[in-house]
Amino acid sequence: MTPPRRHIVVRLPDGRESAFDCRAEDTVLAAMERCGNTSIPVGCRGGGCGTCRVRVISGAYRCGKMSALHVDATAAAAGFALACRLIAEDDLVIELALRARVGAANPDRNVGHPTH
Amino acid sequence: MAISGVLRPGYVQIRVLDLDAAVKHYVDRVGLDLVSKGPDGRVYLRAWDEFDRHSVILREADRAGMDYMGFKVATDVELTRYGKRLKEAGVKVEEVAAGEQPGVGRRLSFVIPTGHRIELFAQMDISPQCPATENPDVWSQEPRGMRVVRFDHCLLYGPNIPETSKLFTDVLDFRLTEKVMTPDNKAMIGAFLSCATKAHDVAFIHSDEPARFHHASFFLESWHDVGHAADLISRYNISHDIGPTRHGITRGQTIYFFDPSGNRNEVFAGGYTYYPDHPTRVWSADELGKAIFYYERQLNERFLSVTT
Repeated sequence: MTPPRRHIVVRLPDGRESAFDCRAEDTVLAAMERCGNTSIPVGCRGGGCGTCRVRVISGAYRCGKMSALHVDATAAAAGFALACRLIAEDDLVIELALRARVGAANPDRNVGHPTH
Repeated sequence: MAISGVLRPGYVQIRVLDLDAAVKHYVDRVGLDLVSKGPDGRVYLRAWDEFDRHSVILREADRAGMDYMGFKVATDVELTRYGKRLKEAGVKVEEVAAGEQPGVGRRLSFVIPTGHRIELFAQMDISPQCPATENPDVWSQEPRGMRVVRFDHCLLYGPNIPETSKLFTDVLDFRLTEKVMTPDNKAMIGAFLSCATKAHDVAFIHSDEPARFHHASFFLESWHDVGHAADLISRYNISHDIGPTRHGITRGQTIYFFDPSGNRNEVFAGGYTYYPDHPTRVWSADELGKAIFYYERQLNERFLSVTT
């Protein structure tokens, strides 16, 4: 039996749409890379760098661990996600939501010793 | 002793999102040995040819990146002297008590103008599994995974590269081995710094965002080992960045990939030997492609912009 495939539509900033299919076991970014689509920028593929930040407009999904610097709990509740950690449970419509510049208030700046 | 003061990079503490996945990556794939797990959850690792107890510390956190990088100083007297010099240069220095990391003596900890936390220490316990010194075999247990020899250096991204380079050269006795200049040749945007005879022990590239982590690098014995690492990266579907290739800067033969939390790793071989009487090598911005990727001779957006 062929495993289910999800249809992913990416809304681009210029108004165009790009689409690809996603196997159930793949993340959205892995599925995109697998078929040669380049609509979402690819960074570390591990939830750390924030390069592939998107917002899910419609469809059910779940996410693996993502850096809170790029998607904190509030952003996650508002539909933001990193495509490299995004698993589609349904057909999805997403849009690019590129990461904000991490400025001087970067909270990891002075993370030093866990005992401090 | 010809080399005194700051001897070498000693350790890097890396934040990871999933500790178990990170341990599997750094132990099974990169080839570091698991030393211990602390009561606070931090995991301590070392490479097979290192004498000191540990060189990589993994800390589970809600974001990736680097907590700090530490350099080993030859003696405690010199550690005290560097603390004094840092304070005289206007740097706020905190002392971390001995034992905060297992087997490590007191540490001096401070934030440099790029926003990164750097440490100095003079004492770390010798590993019971350290290389043999009597009629030594090449190794006692055959190396695993990518067979990395040692933790070698970090590349860090942040602002204030000239000020940071000056702190390392004027206060910590590093030498500037190579630098990258802006197109008008007026400002330094990349600094490669050595405390001994390697082409670099730490490097900095300009970024408007402070305290960004570009990569932690591990040394390999040969160009053939770079190919072996590439085979492992494909076999185990490790997130690949670029390589195998070579850098014009430092001449290292290299491949880059990411750990499961998105922190970039490098494994590399080669690179020239630096001596303190050598002049600084200079790269202009119009030759930056060759400086960074000597074979491709063009820049790669992901390599330039993706950090944790």
